[in-house]
Amino acid sequence: MIELYETQRAMRGLRKAALQRGVIAILDVGTSKIACLVLRFDRTDAFVEGEDIGSMAGQAGFRVVGAATTRSRGVRFGEIDAMAETERAIRTVVQAAQKMAGVRVDHVIATFSGARPRSYGLAGSVELDGQQVTEEDIGCVLASCDVPDYGAGREVLHAQPVNFALDHRSGMIDPRGQIGNTLSCDMHMLTVDASVIQNLAYCIKRCDLELAGVASSAYVSGTSALIEDEKELGAACIDLGGGTTGLSIFMRKHMIYADTVRMGGDHVTSDISMGLQVPMTTAERIKTFYGGVYATGMDDRELIDLDGDSGDWEHDRRTVSRTELIGIMRPRVEEILEEVRARLDAAGFDHMPSQQIVLTGGGSQIPGLDGLASKILGQQVRLGRPLRVHGLPQAATGPGFASAVGLCCFAAHPQDEWWDFDMPVERYPARSLQRAMKWFKDNW
Amino acid sequence: MQQMTRRADPAPSRWAYKVQRMWLTPSFRTGLRVGLPVVAVALALGVYLGNEQRRTDLFASVEAVKRDFQERPEFMVQTLAVEGANEKTQKAIEELLPASFPLSSFDLNLGELRDQIREIDAVKDVSLQIRTGGVLQVAVDERVPVALWRGPEGVEVIDAYGVRADKLSTRVERPDLPLIVGEGAKKNVTQALELIAAATPIRERVRGIVRVSNRRWDLVLDRDQRILLPEQGAVHALERVIALAQAKELLARDVAVVDMRLADRPTIRMTEIAHKELLRVRGHKAED
Repeated sequence: MIELYETQRAMRGLRKAALQRGVIAILDVGTSKIACLVLRFDRTDAFVEGEDIGSMAGQAGFRVVGAATTRSRGVRFGEIDAMAETERAIRTVVQAAQKMAGVRVDHVIATFSGARPRSYGLAGSVELDGQQVTEEDIGCVLASCDVPDYGAGREVLHAQPVNFALDHRSGMIDPRGQIGNTLSCDMHMLTVDASVIQNLAYCIKRCDLELAGVASSAYVSGTSALIEDEKELGAACIDLGGGTTGLSIFMRKHMIYADTVRMGGDHVTSDISMGLQVPMTTAERIKTFYGGVYATGMDDRELIDLDGDSGDWEHDRRTVSRTELIGIMRPRVEEILEEVRARLDAAGFDHMPSQQIVLTGGGSQIPGLDGLASKILGQQVRLGRPLRVHGLPQAATGPGFASAVGLCCFAAHPQDEWWDFDMPVERYPARSLQRAMKWFKDNW
Repeated sequence: MQQMTRRADPAPSRWAYKVQRMWLTPSFRTGLRVGLPVVAVALALGVYLGNEQRRTDLFASVEAVKRDFQERPEFMVQTLAVEGANEKTQKAIEELLPASFPLSSFDLNLGELRDQIREIDAVKDVSLQIRTGGVLQVAVDERVPVALWRGPEGVEVIDAYGVRADKLSTRVERPDLPLIVGEGAKKNVTQALELIAAATPIRERVRGIVRVSNRRWDLVLDRDQRILLPEQGAVHALERVIALAQAKELLARDVAVVDMRLADRPTIRMTEIAHKELLRVRGHKAED
């Protein structure tokens, strides 16, 4: 647990340094595309006195000065599969974004969608003896949460306090300064496969960049696609990506659950490719131009040419009606949504007071998807597009960029995490002084 | 026919990526834009001037071009014209000037030259000017000698302000000028000149005028006669003595000192011989 605390603190330090320098890059490593945004922070409105919600909050004004996208390579199910390929793709996109921004970036905040995230709810409490709640008490109560055994080879990606309770008053956002006897907290912890983070960190290091933060794609797309009311009242964000479909549940402005379905738009494409006997690129093009999930009588008469260059005239001159295409796509989309439904049920989403569902991600652009989703997921379904941020090019405002834009918000207004609070002194290992001495010896 | 072409990899190579990042580094760009030309120029100069022979050649050629320009006929000074100086001063000025004409005007430091000429005793002020036609004009304002002053170092010619205008070996060289002697005499030349002027009737007998105790004047005549003048109204006292001399031939008698220091009681001291003679005439026996 200590190691995690240290590494996350180190990344937080890097992020602070990057904000000080004013330039930071956002990297969304997806299955179908890799997006990079370069943000410039202006320090003029950096800190508003008296509005320090979190340790890093208040780093307000930022502007996107560089944006680039490239086709992803070597990524499967949101995880890095062929490292050299992915490294090249990251290099391409970072170079293009740097060129557009005209500045060199050294710090990168990355997000990825795979790695089998798993949510845990943690609870902890400390006795206060009628004292005022201080920042150290919050550190103590966070440290007192009993961490479950999440298994070897897993790593904590997020650990956010979602609720504080003082004696019998629950639902506090910020208990500091209040007086009570018992302070207890609920914490949401998200763990992922450690190897995926390691691979990503290695790839980014090979590109001469420093990893200043990692976030889950489901979480960040939720922060950008949901509006404030939905986050407050309770909503689920479903990010239909290329290789995975991320889902995150928000309530009272905190993420309380996140999960991933390992199916996405690429599976629809491969179904089309197999069903119509066309290459993947053609299938992708047909899907984006003619795809849908509801067939009408008109679609029987709309014939799609399946161009090919095999040399066989009969094979190259086939046509297929749009109804047939929809017939191939719909079962797969239904399967994905049903899997999402199962995950939401497992999380207890049907007990939430508000059951708003927001579809985002590149896959949400399939025409008629909202109708199909409302049949499977519930009545309150809408299509979500990411927030508007300063300087974002028009090409990067679609729902496919929800996680990239969400990561910008994450960089500018990070949620308080466990490691943002100082750990209580008695929890520090006794060797810390020795470690400090060793650090001195190593560095001088 | 299916083309077996491979599409080019859009990814930059590691080196291209690194180089692009390097170019985006502000310090690197500044270093290249400013530092590199500076280093290159410095290196080239260093290599070129590192050779002793080339360095001397370069300096020599620069010097030659400079000389060529300075020795153009427009800038040459051919002759010297001295105005307002007597022969002796003119000779001294010519000695001070650089030896040979023609001379480039760039080599003449007129300010320094003026200061040097001013050092000459006889020169009160001087202005130097290089006129068209290559003439160095020296306009000298000479001191007007009015008296001679005999001090420990010898006889000097002084002007009305008491400033030395020349040095003489003997007083005989300038018999036309009156002689002034004594401490503080130089500072009161005007008073002395007034007294000399008042003594015009006995001009042939005046040998000089002596400042006594930096306070009053003695007029010294030949035959060791002295006229002791008061501090105030010296000219009037002298006129009285001269009137006496003209009326009663006072100074032609055997008088050693005419003491006019007290205006109410002018006193006469006789010589030793005259005193004895007077006693003899009155019938006294000689004391000794």
